[in-house]
Amino acid sequence: MKISELVTRINGILLTDENKQDSEIAGAMGADLMSDVLASIQPEAALLTGLCNPQVIRTAQIADIRAIVFVRNKKPGQEMVRLANEENIPLITTRHGLFETCGILYQAGLKSLEM
Amino acid sequence: MASKQPVISDEYAEKITRVEELAYEIRIHEVMTEDVYSLKPDMKMEIALDIFQEQRFSGAPVTQGDELIGILSIEDLIRSLREGNLDAKVSDYMSTTLSTVRMHDPVVEALKTFSRTKYGRLLVTNQEGKLAGIITKGDISNGLLFALQRDYHAEELIRYRASHLFEDIVSGRTSLILRYEIRKGDFIHGGDASSKIKRALLRLGASPQIARRCGIAVYEAEMNLIIHTNHGGTLRVEIEPHKITMEAYDDGPGIEDVEQAMKPGWSTATHEIREMGFGAGMGLVNIKRCVDEMRLISSKERGTNLYMIIYLDNKEVPAEKETGP
Repeated sequence: MKISELVTRINGILLTDENKQDSEIAGAMGADLMSDVLASIQPEAALLTGLCNPQVIRTAQIADIRAIVFVRNKKPGQEMVRLANEENIPLITTRHGLFETCGILYQAGLKSLEM
Repeated sequence: MASKQPVISDEYAEKITRVEELAYEIRIHEVMTEDVYSLKPDMKMEIALDIFQEQRFSGAPVTQGDELIGILSIEDLIRSLREGNLDAKVSDYMSTTLSTVRMHDPVVEALKTFSRTKYGRLLVTNQEGKLAGIITKGDISNGLLFALQRDYHAEELIRYRASHLFEDIVSGRTSLILRYEIRKGDFIHGGDASSKIKRALLRLGASPQIARRCGIAVYEAEMNLIIHTNHGGTLRVEIEPHKITMEAYDDGPGIEDVEQAMKPGWSTATHEIREMGFGAGMGLVNIKRCVDEMRLISSKERGTNLYMIIYLDNKEVPAEKETGP
């Protein structure tokens, strides 16, 4: 699924520069504990999370995550957006909760990238 | 254009492409055509036609002595053909309103002049205002492409040099050591060091899988130093051609029960730490999964030393351990 399609499906807002919209994500995982993410996420996934701090972006960079979706309307600060742009990781925010966001994307055919 | 210089914000500056930068860096004389064939004002148009046809010119400057006095374009030749007036002199048909650019100006000045005028070529003058060359849009495109290619090769060279570092330097045992001091409680910069380590490994030619494994292991170790130590600690990464040794050490308080600490889900992290997304009790488990060898030595007196080794010799390295804890 293209990142632009993911944004549309979850009524999301892209918070970072619009330059990686065309890249493909291979699947997704939802989690709030970053060690859980590092333990089980496979490369090229989108991470859906309710956690909103710079560690999420660091985790994404280390674990080759393609995009981060913040659920429940969480919006990262400017510094986080800057870091994400630097690392080329799109940040998306959605009003839906974690369960709902996972559900929408799973129904749309996105597979789990949790090992 | 005549408009005021726009204020360039940091945000805008980030979006400036390399090509735009190059348009300011490259000078006109670097891309222009030198040794321009110039016509004489009393030359017959018929002769000019022959020259244009033979040399495939689309325009040429007209000089008297070394003074630049006009420019003759193919349109001027067509005009004289149409009027059946090939006996006329070049000076009768040439254009004397000259669009010139200076040879030491950046290419962007020529681009501006092109967009302001309808000309397909501009005359280039030197400091004394004498003809130095001619520049077309094609010259600029070629020059930019050439410069981009040169950039690309330069980056390739840096990568090549980095990845051949170990072959270029001969010693009994060559290694590269990276050290980072990690401060207790510094969540803002947490992960910076790991990020840099991962990038360094990629630049040195490590595969994405190896860089990812090292990244995860060292990131967990870095967060442990931030969360669990008295004063923070040190990350030390030693890169050798056949292995990467990562070490995290601190001066306390030490792990009470190492065996317990290695169990998945075991955590001593406070509620506040968990709120920040850590303390899942997976840190050491993650590290173990990512590295080929791990050693954890801890005491109340000496603090904790964590050694992690990843082997790079393909024959010895098992594939990435996909199995979970």
